[in-house]
Amino acid sequence: MPVISTERDTDALTLTLVAEFDAPAARVWQVWEDPRQLERWWGPPSWPATFRRHDFVAGGESHYVMTGPDGTEAGGWWRAIDVSPTERFEWEDGFADAEGRPDPSMPVTHAVATLEEKDGTTTMTVVSTFASLEQLEQLLAMGMDEGMREAMGQIDALLRE
Amino acid sequence: MVARTIDPPPRLGDSDADAVFRALADGTRRDILRRTLTGPQSISALAQRYEMSFAAVQKHVTVLDRCGLVEKHRFGKEQLVHARVERIAQASGLLAEFERLWRDRVGRIDLLLDGPPAERASDDPTNDTDTHP
Repeated sequence: MPVISTERDTDALTLTLVAEFDAPAARVWQVWEDPRQLERWWGPPSWPATFRRHDFVAGGESHYVMTGPDGTEAGGWWRAIDVSPTERFEWEDGFADAEGRPDPSMPVTHAVATLEEKDGTTTMTVVSTFASLEQLEQLLAMGMDEGMREAMGQIDALLRE
Repeated sequence: MVARTIDPPPRLGDSDADAVFRALADGTRRDILRRTLTGPQSISALAQRYEMSFAAVQKHVTVLDRCGLVEKHRFGKEQLVHARVERIAQASGLLAEFERLWRDRVGRIDLLLDGPPAERASDDPTNDTDTHP
């Protein structure tokens, strides 16, 4: 696993994850910028994401749908706050209906991803901030955690191919 | 709301852990935490338990408050203190689950980067010729 560190701030409800990829920043940026690549890693394998809209510019909106094993659809939206190619992406991530309309009763995660390239290796830092513990609980109760557990098994299978 | 149990034992980040253990290294502070675990206590009620000034007890409470082990609430002219150990454990457990989500995502990004060069051509939805052996 290319994750090198994670830090949980239980008071500020922040998760910081630092990962290192053996690829230039421009290449790592593509996995965020290109919706076809983005949907290959954003949703867990049992809840694959389809990005129906991806305006990857500051102020732009994205809309995705994750489809569960039983066909259940969970919509999500992004609102890009800062998009500085190959360096920084700041956005809000929330739940949406099938048409992409944000659901105001559901939690919104604020996140910042930064990329830093050195000697052909890119360090990606993602900082996610949650408004409250209750929101984080609600977020995880949406079935995402079950998907996560399954994801681990599928990655192993992929690696053996 | 889905009731959940947290399977991995809650783990604090290193800097949090340092602050928590430093706070707990003092007997009075451990005692304050024990007393505030069962219910809120006012600082003046706590101060009566120890042979030290109100201000000294208040300082101990501040140390516990700073590392998140207790929470203070104003109730009339009293400051009520109650322990937050469970909240901390809960926060850590929930963040652990979110962390797993991102670890999985990073794993998938890594596979994507290792794979064949970017397939922007997959934009074409009619190109659905997947075959499995």
